[in-house]
Amino acid sequence: MTGQSDSSRHPVIVLQDLVKFFGRFAALRGITESFSPARLYVVVGDNGAGKSTLLRVVAGLTQPSQGSVTLLGARTAHEVAHRIGYMGHAPLLYDELSGMENLRYFAGLYGREGDAICGNSMQSVGLDPELERRVGQYSQGMRQRLSLARAVLHNPELMLLDEPFSNVDVHSARDMAAVLGRVRDKGKTVFVVTHQSSLMEQVADEFVHMSEGKIVSRESVRQAPASATSGVGGER
Amino acid sequence: MRIEWRSKDAINSMLFFSLLVVVIFSFAFEPTAEQSRVIAGGLMWVAFLFAAVVALNQTWARELRNQVLDAYRVSPAPPNSLFLAKVLGNFLFVVVLEVLMAPLFMVFYQLRSVGPVWQLVVIALLGTWALVVNGTFFAALSIRTRSREVMLPLILFPISIPALLAMVHGTTWVLTGESSPDTSIKLLLVYDVIFTAVCLLLFESVLNAE
Repeated sequence: MTGQSDSSRHPVIVLQDLVKFFGRFAALRGITESFSPARLYVVVGDNGAGKSTLLRVVAGLTQPSQGSVTLLGARTAHEVAHRIGYMGHAPLLYDELSGMENLRYFAGLYGREGDAICGNSMQSVGLDPELERRVGQYSQGMRQRLSLARAVLHNPELMLLDEPFSNVDVHSARDMAAVLGRVRDKGKTVFVVTHQSSLMEQVADEFVHMSEGKIVSRESVRQAPASATSGVGGER
Repeated sequence: MRIEWRSKDAINSMLFFSLLVVVIFSFAFEPTAEQSRVIAGGLMWVAFLFAAVVALNQTWARELRNQVLDAYRVSPAPPNSLFLAKVLGNFLFVVVLEVLMAPLFMVFYQLRSVGPVWQLVVIALLGTWALVVNGTFFAALSIRTRSREVMLPLILFPISIPALLAMVHGTTWVLTGESSPDTSIKLLLVYDVIFTAVCLLLFESVLNAE
């Protein structure tokens, strides 16, 4: 088991003996970990390491074959869905609608109303709320930004982001990384799965290394705040 | 609905298909007015059924693109609200189709109803609901299959047989005035209640199926 230095604060995620099979292939092989709030975790690893599967299991999109996930104190993700923001590989957006139309629609799913929320969300990721172009005509970078805007729209406590920098230019990716850092600074917990870990070095609190369905190491870049109880932590 | 209004993909396909059925069958059979009243019930519901399937096959297409369904699944919105919204949208589209096609049927088949027209309206609404509630559910069920456009009619048609029989007989009896369509209307009502309840109960499992 890797370091649980600051898990004595109420952990935001607790994974217990997590296993996930796809047919006979074990994508996750018995992960037991906990993660503290108000931290930015970057999950890295080779292709096929189980990063996306882990994120989807945590988000409740895939059920584990064995084991359990406790999320924000709840046994199922659906109980705390209003407190979670998810950004997947695909943009999860309607190509036929504009950016604001998409955000208005998804805001409604979270019981949020008003163009102000949607406009602020778009501006926070560097998009113009007045843009009437349909999402299908956006560049890939704009789609990723809007997808991020959709994930932060309802001010979630926990954000789960799968390859947010995929097909995004370096400049836009750095902007998005800065946005995630600001989200963490507001006390939110952020999980980012990415192959481009260098983009997150300035803002990450901890790198979580995965290989062959297991978390093999956790590398703290920054220490947890002093209010956390002491314990074994830092690099392995 | 906003997306459909802009693209009109489903409506145009449905209209074209229905028009095709009306025109082809009118040229193929050249029925008299009396014969028209007897066969029109079956003809209309064949046209509407196949047109509805064209639309139902596209019900979840936009959600599949860009995996928008994942956004629903992680949201706190109740799955049944998504299902009902889709059913209502499809219901509206098919009803619009029926309203647009009804005059064409009257012209091409010289139709005049012997029985009360309001009974035709009731049968149309109940029958349409039966088609779209099951069609929307089974379209969701088949989205993860490879041959989903074939799978939907394969599942939908057998399940819809009781409702279809009621729709066709009820419509024919009203048009011909031979009998009261009360039994057909009651059957459709019971069918709609049962299948709406079953679909609502099972939709969350279908949505979250892996």
